Amino acid sequence: MPAVAFQNVSKTYRSARGELQALKGVSFDIEAGEFFGLLGPNGAGKTTLISILAGLARPTGGHVQVQGHDVQTDYAAARRALGVVPQELVFDPFFNVREALRFQSGYFGIRHNDDWIDELLAGLGLADKAGANMRQLSGGMKRRVLVAQALVHKPPVIVLDEPTAGVDVELRQTLWQFISQLNKQRGCTVLLTTHYLEEAEALCGRIAMLKQGQVVALEKTSDLLSRASSNVLRFKTDQTLPADLAALARVTGRVVQLPAHNAREVEQWLARAREAGVVAEDVEIRKADLEDVFIEVMDRAAGGAVAQGARS
Amino acid sequence: MSGWQMLFYKEVLRFWKVGFQTVAAPVITAILYMLIFGHVLEDSEKVYGQVSYTAFLLPGLVMMSVLQNAFANSSSSLIQSKIMGNLVFLLLTPLSHRAWFFSYVGSSVVRGLAVGAGVIVATWWYAQPSLVAPLWIVLFAVLGAALLGSLGVIAGLWAEKFDQMAAFQNFIIMPMTFLSGVFYSIHSLPGFWQRVSHLNPFFYMIDGFRYGFFGVSDVSPWLSLSIVATALALVSAVALYLLRTGYKIRH
Repeated sequence: MPAVAFQNVSKTYRSARGELQALKGVSFDIEAGEFFGLLGPNGAGKTTLISILAGLARPTGGHVQVQGHDVQTDYAAARRALGVVPQELVFDPFFNVREALRFQSGYFGIRHNDDWIDELLAGLGLADKAGANMRQLSGGMKRRVLVAQALVHKPPVIVLDEPTAGVDVELRQTLWQFISQLNKQRGCTVLLTTHYLEEAEALCGRIAMLKQGQVVALEKTSDLLSRASSNVLRFKTDQTLPADLAALARVTGRVVQLPAHNAREVEQWLARAREAGVVAEDVEIRKADLEDVFIEVMDRAAGGAVAQGARS
Repeated sequence: MSGWQMLFYKEVLRFWKVGFQTVAAPVITAILYMLIFGHVLEDSEKVYGQVSYTAFLLPGLVMMSVLQNAFANSSSSLIQSKIMGNLVFLLLTPLSHRAWFFSYVGSSVVRGLAVGAGVIVATWWYAQPSLVAPLWIVLFAVLGAALLGSLGVIAGLWAEKFDQMAAFQNFIIMPMTFLSGVFYSIHSLPGFWQRVSHLNPFFYMIDGFRYGFFGVSDVSPWLSLSIVATALALVSAVALYLLRTGYKIRH
């Protein structure tokens, strides 16, 4: 039995401005014990899919099951099996950290949960904040409490919806260490959405990519990476790239990255740069990473040629 | 312990932590009404031919405080959680719609009764009301608070901003309580307005509650009881339906 099963899930939002089809028949399974990544650009439907899984939204069509429990007809069992870290940084200003965690335990019918609460607080670096009011905590600390609240009932399936958006390095480290430990030692299934593709590459064994409400890739991370059709020519420069190169390149500040299928292309790009008076420093050729694959998959889903220009 | 008990406890703790605003302030307001109206109208005609105006006013003020605070409790808790976004913590739990209902309405009853008791104690030196039938007093206070707590759940689910909530409170709840006979016996009204008052369910809550103090009322307490109980059943059914379907909280 899969930990999570999405079966032909569709969702249409109706408003005065018309209809928006956020999900168009999404189907895939997440096996027990997997660390699974759900990737896609903003508006691809990731959060909608997770909202349906968590019971925060209802699907227009299709079914979702958590450990065999339908999230609508058997919602209590499904929600007991699920620990969801919401994307928004929300909190209840009336209470302190320990109270918030005790309440959350209580809602799941768990009494005397302080041993596990203490373990959570220690594991997430919150031990000295247990008595602090939620309002007094920094954004990063609030995020940790959100994670603790999601785990308070020891759910076998953990859902993290962009948990590291706007989060500092230290918290990211703490968080991934803790979640990986739950995944490896306790066998928890993890479903992660993130915009940080290096995180997904490092953590997730399998990845689904969503675009405009449809699954456009669903593979093991290693297969996905080896499928990349090109290597990457990477260099730094202070000059502006000529338009034809700029259209192909991914530019981040001084860093220019160009897909190169073979040595001939590498020579071609460098020659073109030299002609345009661009001085390339720190030149290297590296293997494609998940970000390159992501861009490739998204382009292909959009019909290749059209998206070439949009890449810059 | 089951989940609803924790939610009930949390909801009680929520208003208790800001007790100056949620309990003490409405008690002070009621005392001010008591002082001002009692002073101005004390010499007016006795109500029911035997009850002084101040003694008549007190149960009305108590019940008005019970009702308004029961409504304020569930409605403000829900809309705050919706706007702050922390309602998601409840939405993610296995709590059933009944658990939500009993917790929000139960805590509203507790707050209503706490404020009501506070008003009675605080005005004791001013006017000791007789307590002819205490069971009726408790019964109407609990049913009235539950009815307004349920209405608060409906309003809290419906309203999307504080402005809409204020409209619900000021254009529906306030006029219906003020025009229900808190400050006067409806027998003092012209015939037309007496008939209009009979259409207001708040009138029966206050009239039945007052019966418990004086053993006299504008209509039979049994009639009031059946009307209040019916209204409670209807409003609860609507609130439960909205919670079950996730009205405006699950998309």
